[in-house]
Amino acid sequence: MKKHQQYVDHVEAIQPKRNLAIGMLKAFWVGGLICVIGQGFSYIGELCLKLDKDATAAFVAIVMVFLGALLTGLGVYDQIGAYAGAGSVVPITGFSNSVVAPAMEFKHEGYVMGVGAKLFSLAGPVLVYGICSSVVAGIIALIFKG
Amino acid sequence: MTGDMWLMFLKAFFVGGAICALAQILLEKTKLTAPKILVLMVTLGAGLGILGIYPKLIEFAGAGASVPLLGFGASLAKGAQEAALEQGWLGVFLGGIKSTAGGITAAVVFGYLAAILFNPKTKP
Repeated sequence: MKKHQQYVDHVEAIQPKRNLAIGMLKAFWVGGLICVIGQGFSYIGELCLKLDKDATAAFVAIVMVFLGALLTGLGVYDQIGAYAGAGSVVPITGFSNSVVAPAMEFKHEGYVMGVGAKLFSLAGPVLVYGICSSVVAGIIALIFKG
Repeated sequence: MTGDMWLMFLKAFFVGGAICALAQILLEKTKLTAPKILVLMVTLGAGLGILGIYPKLIEFAGAGASVPLLGFGASLAKGAQEAALEQGWLGVFLGGIKSTAGGITAAVVFGYLAAILFNPKTKP
């Protein structure tokens, strides 16, 4: 046990100290920029494609997911992630990244159990909790409808 | 470009950035890993959606609120609420995915294609 404690202390001593403020700043401007790009596509959908409100939201989601998948495939998104931390994780492009990255990584295990299954290894939990939450939302709406 | 549009871009930048900065605190100060943060975000977004808070933030900041995964959660919740009021119990089951079908389908299709077409980059 003593050895273990020494090891933990040693790791803490040599680990590079992360500066929270700088990390937040990086996450802030990269995350903010991704949202600005999303806002740009929102205007394209609304003004150029004449989509209604719901269709515009769907259009933005589709385009951002596409960009996230493409940049992950090209290996660019990982670099953005290494710099921006949560700034790249939290936007929907980060969700897209979490779909592509493991699927690509486990391609050698085949197209069904590799790509097909790993596509959801990180995104699956998001869908499980998201969809269950939506059912809760629906039930609450029914209750309060009265 | 109108003044309103510039203002919207500005609000999207600051609100979206602020959400990411707050998530960065979680990432660094807790033991939560990125996938857990995504789950937290979608659930929290749905919660704020149920309370009616998040739709107001989307109205205020546009993509600054809808692009972060909180917006995905809020959209799931909103879809289920609206469908539930329209169709009752059936709507509870239909509404959530219906309102987010675009994003989910895009994630599966583009995700599949990207995983097939590209290979993981070996770290330099």
